[in-house]
Amino acid sequence: MRHDVREKLARMSPDEQTLLRPLVETSRTFYISAAALGAIGLWGLYAYYLQVRYGLGRTGLNRPEYWGIYIISFVFFIGISHAGTLISAILRVAKAEWRRSITRSAELITVIVIGFGAIQPIIDLGRPDRALNIIFNAQFRSPLLWDVMSIGLYFFSCTIYLYVPLLPDLALIRDSGIKMPRLYRFLAAGYHDTPAQRARLERVIGVLSLAVIPIAISVHTIIGWIFAMTLRPMWHSTIFGPYFVMGAIYSGIGAILVAMVVLRRVYHLEQYFKDVHFDYLGRMLLLFSLLWFYFTFAEYLTVFYGAEPAEMRVFWAKISGPFAIPFWTMVLGAFVIPFVLMSRQATRTPRGTLIAGMAVVVGMWLERYNIVVPTSVNPIWELESLAHYMPSWIELSIMAATFAGFILLYMVATKFIPIVSIWEIREGRQESVKQVADRVATYLPDSSLPAGVVES
Amino acid sequence: MRERARIVTRWGMVIDLDRCTGCVACEVACKSENNIATVPPDQAAMGRAKSWMKVVAEVEGEFPDTSLHFYPRPCMQCDNPPCVKVCPVAATYINDEGTVAQIYARCIGCRYCANACPYTVKYFNWYGPEWADSERQHLNPDVSVRPKGVIEKCTFCHHRLQQAREDARAEGRVLREEDYQPACQEACPTAAIVFGDLENSTHRVRQLKDDPRSMRLMEDLGTAPKVYYLRPRE
Repeated sequence: MRHDVREKLARMSPDEQTLLRPLVETSRTFYISAAALGAIGLWGLYAYYLQVRYGLGRTGLNRPEYWGIYIISFVFFIGISHAGTLISAILRVAKAEWRRSITRSAELITVIVIGFGAIQPIIDLGRPDRALNIIFNAQFRSPLLWDVMSIGLYFFSCTIYLYVPLLPDLALIRDSGIKMPRLYRFLAAGYHDTPAQRARLERVIGVLSLAVIPIAISVHTIIGWIFAMTLRPMWHSTIFGPYFVMGAIYSGIGAILVAMVVLRRVYHLEQYFKDVHFDYLGRMLLLFSLLWFYFTFAEYLTVFYGAEPAEMRVFWAKISGPFAIPFWTMVLGAFVIPFVLMSRQATRTPRGTLIAGMAVVVGMWLERYNIVVPTSVNPIWELESLAHYMPSWIELSIMAATFAGFILLYMVATKFIPIVSIWEIREGRQESVKQVADRVATYLPDSSLPAGVVES
Repeated sequence: MRERARIVTRWGMVIDLDRCTGCVACEVACKSENNIATVPPDQAAMGRAKSWMKVVAEVEGEFPDTSLHFYPRPCMQCDNPPCVKVCPVAATYINDEGTVAQIYARCIGCRYCANACPYTVKYFNWYGPEWADSERQHLNPDVSVRPKGVIEKCTFCHHRLQQAREDARAEGRVLREEDYQPACQEACPTAAIVFGDLENSTHRVRQLKDDPRSMRLMEDLGTAPKVYYLRPRE
């Protein structure tokens, strides 16, 4: 850290010092991890080059296993993106005060992960050079086109939703002069935190947090519909829209928890990501593990009870057939582990939520695998069932590169924006404590009136 | 143009399963007619062989009381095709005469149509097509070859219809039933495959499709295929 920067930092408040330090101080571990992740990313780019050059034959895909790792990753990453927007928007709308230190890190996950999710179907295209045909020859009956539209809108609105609450912090960095003055002058866009600007800002955030909720729900609903609109066994199900939205939020909470534990460790944010945050998010995880079980149980019981032959082939392939290992690992990761850990106060700790969060992320990846692959290899016309699917190293490399790219971009972003919202913490200290006390007082019966008297 | 709009034509096929011997001549004729590239054995073992017309064998019953049936399976050319609805770029569409066609130059290779098809008749070009030099000499100039990364499927030998129309027009007569016959039908040694206009009462398919033995694959899905099968007599 340069001497003048250190002096400037020393003059700031303790909150600002802690939260701005990552922007001006970078550890060796950071550079080493970034280099490693970058190398994985470049390896994935090389794999993609081979795929474009020689064709999708380089994957393990075949007929009838037309979709594989890329589509699984697509559903998975767009699912993770529901972390930020929905959690942060719902908590804002619900006036949950404990959100203040976690919204930023969640919103950042959203924006970065949408990008990595949205490129997956393009990687999956046989003719990526013709991707723009989707615009030039748009055919609006196709759920894939609905998807392009809703993800486009989602990415746009989530980026704004990340950016607008960033403004006061960007202005703070600009005014402090600790880093790249010209960049932050541009990014802060003339924001000076005047009362009028602040009021407008809060109004915009209020509108945005309401608007992004239906958009986010539409995104994963439509991803579910891509499958559900076909006639294929165990895809053609009305539960898929809501099932996918619920699963998306679930995997998102898992991802936030993992990110928070890591951020807390590397940037010493113990004062911001407190035990209470892990406790509360752990309770949300518990709720969603139960919801996940409920949806999954409802789906599988309906299939089993109806006992249509084509559906039953897929059903048994998952329960006790070739997909039994991914299926029961999914149940373990997406239900048993998080349910056991999160139902006890003693394990709703950072460590416990880390384990549960990772189990959920892995379990939800497997859930998408168990949706895509077993149905693909068991087409409705039994005589054509011949396939097996083993992803090639190209597909696995691209998947690894996607994870690496996402983590790398997230790491780099924490070097440019405070990962905990400084102004919202300040606002929490200065105003919210009193506001909440006043609000709670309004919930209670008025003590000045005798019991039974109704104020007219 | 006005005349064509007035006459409703729906090309269709009737396959008599009693007559099919499983000789696969239809498959071979189709591959040769439509420039369908062969793939190496390892690719075929992965499930990447292309066969617009495929003779599928169905074994019924338990050994030793088994019976074997062959289903020659082209594209069903559904009247309500699930593949057409899902294509995001309208590269697969149903034309005026009910044939489901594929625009190879527009297809982006998302394979959604292949997933939507309950009959699994859509084939993807995992690699670019390759032919041995000896085969290359015999490519059919009337059928475009497909590049890597696009979907292809049975077209009811649509290029033959265009040729037949031109011939009929040149000779100043109407199109006759025998003028337009796909390669599989032509090659079938037992005449198990009958092809024609399902709306034209002089065509044999029109009568055969109403035969008591007539059925369509997975009729309950509501896809309304234009390929009919005549059930084997017990």
